[in-house]
Amino acid sequence: MMRVLPWLYLIAAFGFIYLPVGTLVLFSFQSGTLPVPPFNGPSMRWYAEVAADDDLIAALANSLLIAFGSSAVAVMLGFGAAYGLARHVLPGSVLMRGLLIAPLTVSYLIIGLGLLIVLTRAGFGLSLFTVAIGHVVINLPLAFAIIYASMGAQQHNAERAARDLGAGEAQVIWRITVPMVLPAIAAASFLSVTFSWDEFIIAFLLTRFDVTLPVEIWSLLRSGLSPQLNAVGSLVFLVSVTAVILLELFVFRKRRS
Amino acid sequence: MTAPVSISALNHWFGAFQALKDIDLEIGAGEYITLLGPSGCGKTTLLSVLGGFITPSQGTVRIDGRDMTRVAPAKRPTTTMFQDYALFPHMTLRDNVGFGLRMAGMGRRTRNDRADAMLDLVSLADAGMKRPHELSGGQRQRVALARALAVEPDVVLLDEPLGALDLKLRRAMQDELKSIQRQLGTTFVHVTHDQEEAMAIADRIVVMNAGQIEDHGPPMRVYRQPASLFTADFMGEMNHIPAQTGHAGIKTPFGTLDHTTDHQGPVVACIRPEAIELGDGPVQIGAARVRDAAFFGTHVRAHLVPDAAPDLVLIAHLPPGDVPEPGARLTLSAQQAAFHVYPKGD
Repeated sequence: MMRVLPWLYLIAAFGFIYLPVGTLVLFSFQSGTLPVPPFNGPSMRWYAEVAADDDLIAALANSLLIAFGSSAVAVMLGFGAAYGLARHVLPGSVLMRGLLIAPLTVSYLIIGLGLLIVLTRAGFGLSLFTVAIGHVVINLPLAFAIIYASMGAQQHNAERAARDLGAGEAQVIWRITVPMVLPAIAAASFLSVTFSWDEFIIAFLLTRFDVTLPVEIWSLLRSGLSPQLNAVGSLVFLVSVTAVILLELFVFRKRRS
Repeated sequence: MTAPVSISALNHWFGAFQALKDIDLEIGAGEYITLLGPSGCGKTTLLSVLGGFITPSQGTVRIDGRDMTRVAPAKRPTTTMFQDYALFPHMTLRDNVGFGLRMAGMGRRTRNDRADAMLDLVSLADAGMKRPHELSGGQRQRVALARALAVEPDVVLLDEPLGALDLKLRRAMQDELKSIQRQLGTTFVHVTHDQEEAMAIADRIVVMNAGQIEDHGPPMRVYRQPASLFTADFMGEMNHIPAQTGHAGIKTPFGTLDHTTDHQGPVVACIRPEAIELGDGPVQIGAARVRDAAFFGTHVRAHLVPDAAPDLVLIAHLPPGDVPEPGARLTLSAQQAAFHVYPKGD
């Protein structure tokens, strides 16, 4: 009995986490018009509808663009801040570190509202660009924290050795620091991409005509349930899962070895 | 390829703490120097000043006659071999060793040839395509040396390079470092806190304490005629015998030594354990009781209580043939020249 209990608990926990997602994916293969039991598939009909829906495809492309673009900017800025704070003694560096990480604790809704007010007051029209700014704001603290944590004495000594051997500052960063903290840079990039990809509220507040996929899905939801939504949801899930698996395979495993 | 180093009137403060005090030192081209001292004595700070990682508060450093005091590490004819080796983990050994040449703008082929030749010099000829994590500690140390030598520096600075190695490997690497230095003729400045390592390897030992140079000279001179009480103690075991200056010489419990000193009042007469002899001699220490004795292979190390000064315990290295029992009685003596007299420290 005591041997079975932990397994039951595990199954219950996983069921709790994955049953909704599993149902969503299952009914994306529904051949009828409603994503409710009984299941009468499988059919690829709704995936074909997604592929034929230009608005959805455009939203998907927008989401990818923003995910990769904003992550690249967030990681570059995060690396710069981490390098500066790890290598130089600056006045108020503890405060600066705190201020860089603090946005992690602020809700996306508050960040989104704040940006909406500031950007519209400053005369920026709402666009994909403003969403990208929002995603940089939420991902920069994360990228900074991950990369900063990886900058230890080992890199510092290697940088010193490189300077001793005649390397200039740009060469030190490009040939020594970046390759040595590459696992952290990759982890920060993967996480930023997935967070940006899934993010709804900021994207919702800061877009007008061109929207990201989560916003498009939300507007489809308003016209009622359809297996097409399940199909889009499954695709979003697939992208996130792929990112996590890649992260696990190439970054975390490498770190452990 | 080699150059003399001249350090004059060097002072350095970290905040209120003075790490280096009035350092003057001339190092000849091709000389193997060790900076020896306890931790916190300023030896690593002095090495960092030579390497350009610390700009001293006062004083000048000249290498080959040129003022290098404020020149960045990259622009100096020095390279440093760091304590933790600081190899580049993401590069092959060949790229590690060739890094300095690459920064100097040397083409790939010549650079690789030269890196391979340097790896050959440190007996790692076939390991060029390996990465640092595949190597043992001793091998990493060799790569770090090859990397420091590849750019043909005038002066190589070594920061406790053998500290992380086990004793046997350390002795082997000492011989190798020395032979490579002889072969290349480059000036080596080597920081260590191990006086045996310093004696094994150096042409000249610079003993440092509290930011100052206490003594410098060839190993034998520094060991046998140390210039200060600190040096005497740091270079190996030393017996301290309280003494007084007098008209005819130095008065000790074992008779008068014919040493002269400018100092008046209480002094310390020092003698190395191996200088205490059995039997009668010029300075009679006289009868002594053995407190304990242990066999050390090359000698027997004994704690002895002399009858003439019962509250003193002398350490002596006796011939290894026979280990005396505790309580046994021996007669001891020494040569006049085996004693060194220093003012009593505070």
